[in-house]
Amino acid sequence: MSFGNDLLLSVEDLKVFFHSDGVVSRAVDGVSYEVKEGETICLVGESGCGKTVSALAILGLVPQPPGEIPGGKILFKGKNLLDLDEETLQDIRGREISMIFQEPMTSLNPVFTIGDQIEEAIITHEAVNKDEARRRAIELLIDVGIPSPEERSKDYPHNLSGGQRQRVMIAMALACKPDLVIADEPTTALDVTIQDQILHLFKELKEKRQMALLYITHNLGVVAEIADRIHVMYAGIFAEVGNVEQIFRDPCHPYTMGLLASLPSRSRKGDPLYSIPGAVPDPAYKPLGCPFNPRCPYVQESCKAEFPEMCDFGDDHFARCPITYKEKKGK
Amino acid sequence: MIGVNRKIGVNEKSFPTPSEGGVLEAPKKTLFQENWGLFRKNRLAMAGLMIFVIFFIIAAASVFLTSGRDPIFDPALVRLQEKLRPPLAKPKLETLKPEEVPKLGIYLFGTDDLGRDVFSRMLQGAWVSLTVGFVAVGISVVIGVFLGGIAGYYGNKRIQVGHLLSPVLLIGGVIGLVYGQTGEGLFLLLFGLGVALLLLFPWNERGGQRIPAGLSILFVNLFSVDLLIIGLIDIMLCFPSFFLILTVVALLPASIYNIMIVIGLTSWMGAARFVRAEFLSLREQDFITAARALGVSNWRIIFRHMVPNAMAPVLVSATIGIANAILIEAALSFLGFGVPPPHATWGNILSKGKSFIFDAPWLTFVPGFAVLIVVLAFNLFGEGLRDVLNPKLKERH
Repeated sequence: MSFGNDLLLSVEDLKVFFHSDGVVSRAVDGVSYEVKEGETICLVGESGCGKTVSALAILGLVPQPPGEIPGGKILFKGKNLLDLDEETLQDIRGREISMIFQEPMTSLNPVFTIGDQIEEAIITHEAVNKDEARRRAIELLIDVGIPSPEERSKDYPHNLSGGQRQRVMIAMALACKPDLVIADEPTTALDVTIQDQILHLFKELKEKRQMALLYITHNLGVVAEIADRIHVMYAGIFAEVGNVEQIFRDPCHPYTMGLLASLPSRSRKGDPLYSIPGAVPDPAYKPLGCPFNPRCPYVQESCKAEFPEMCDFGDDHFARCPITYKEKKGK
Repeated sequence: MIGVNRKIGVNEKSFPTPSEGGVLEAPKKTLFQENWGLFRKNRLAMAGLMIFVIFFIIAAASVFLTSGRDPIFDPALVRLQEKLRPPLAKPKLETLKPEEVPKLGIYLFGTDDLGRDVFSRMLQGAWVSLTVGFVAVGISVVIGVFLGGIAGYYGNKRIQVGHLLSPVLLIGGVIGLVYGQTGEGLFLLLFGLGVALLLLFPWNERGGQRIPAGLSILFVNLFSVDLLIIGLIDIMLCFPSFFLILTVVALLPASIYNIMIVIGLTSWMGAARFVRAEFLSLREQDFITAARALGVSNWRIIFRHMVPNAMAPVLVSATIGIANAILIEAALSFLGFGVPPPHATWGNILSKGKSFIFDAPWLTFVPGFAVLIVVLAFNLFGEGLRDVLNPKLKERH
């Protein structure tokens, strides 16, 4: 699947905190990952575990204040994005890194036609005239599979269905041929058949355009279909990192196991659907030790005392759980 | 035997399926068409719009009809022998020179105490009312959108000591230079410039260039931009605006432009508040984040993405604002602070007419009714617009 092995994005120990009323919410608490050219990386996790914030941080879109990035590096093609000023960042956004949002219903400006909005994406970064921009906008609409693109380009967002709007969002994100596209739960707001179409569109476009994809989702079914590498996120840290095979066949973190067990396809007919007890901890009041320990079925005393290290299970498969590590490697 | 030949009410073939090439079309209606459809149902608002359009055409035409060397309707032509003729009266042709005969053949609205044709004067006044209304509201909307937009978008930004200090020093320096205190003026100017440069210097906290300890007082946060602008709005609202306008107009030379500017400068607060409120909610919308993620600049986001979305309430308040500006101008002219006398305005026709109210009631009633009808029309139009543009009120129609 991957086209090159050049490192495109490397996030090192990124932290994003939010301050409110004297309380510090550690939304992202030290994550590191790499995206190579043409690769698809998935960030998986429940709502509120820091997936979206870590993506916004890459584009420098975390509102500061109340947000704060107290540490870490985001190296994109060797430059640390956190050190760049707003103007340089504006130039990178949309041209080299672009983003697709969760809610296609609200992510398009209601007062402009979709053609105008795609053109704007092009004109913002490239010195092209109006006709050229229009021609490319229509090409993009064809690429993302909108029928009769010339007529559609004159439509307003409210004339389009959710799936079509998401296609338009994708067209806008691809307008300047970015090297990296961040997709933040792009199929969550769509129904299942449309989800499937959009996923196929992503796969098709990725192969055609050789772009890297950072795909954020809470849907493990989606992940299995497109990911090269999976990062399971929990409470602002990575619980487990591995490829599709490793995560689905041999989950090593109790949280990943819980997520997999709660997939409807994995439970037997008639049995109640499994769900992980409890909820994601408040990012301002995380439990001591392993953040997953209050919900973990294999919890031991040491889990409540010390923060777990990332354990190497071999073959680029890591999980932040010394308990399973001892169990598996002790065998 | 029950139900053997039950007919099924749905003809399955009537549903187009995507495989047959039936593309499911959303109803093709632009936002404007939708709103216009709703607006048309509101009879009063439509009447208001009609009157507004007629008034606009008449006022625009009046410029050509009443000005120039030899106007068709001369508002300044004095015919003393024809003074205080009632409306619809025929001119006494034997006493008039041929060029003094009104072009309509009758005095449609009568004549005033100098024998001037009230119809011509009303036409000239219509243009004054129209321009005052539109220009004053134009000024107030521009100021309101700008200040409201900044308060709404950059509201969280903090004003620092230096931000206040540097303009004060610069202004002080300029005043010093103007009044001949060259040395002190230059010193203040340079000092102000220095402060401004210090503020603009890219102090990068991560890059290691820390702000020197002695200068840190310049960077003490005082209050937010939002608070500054809201404070300005509240202060402006504290003044009884008509008396403020009266005072300013009394000090300035009487001219139509001064009146427009003064009305504009004292009536932007409503627009600013509306825009600020809209911006506060728009700022959090997904499509604004999406535009930022595309690398669109802040100014472009404000003026291209947010202002058009925030215009609905501004449009409504502007329409009603035009009515207000026309009223204020008429009131100023009535009190004698308005456009200087040879030029006719509805207010000064009314003002002059009041001395003849029993002998020549048309001199007060004609301009009075004109003001009433135009202001009413604008208010009805504005309210109709509000009903249409406010989604919560849409269901009523």
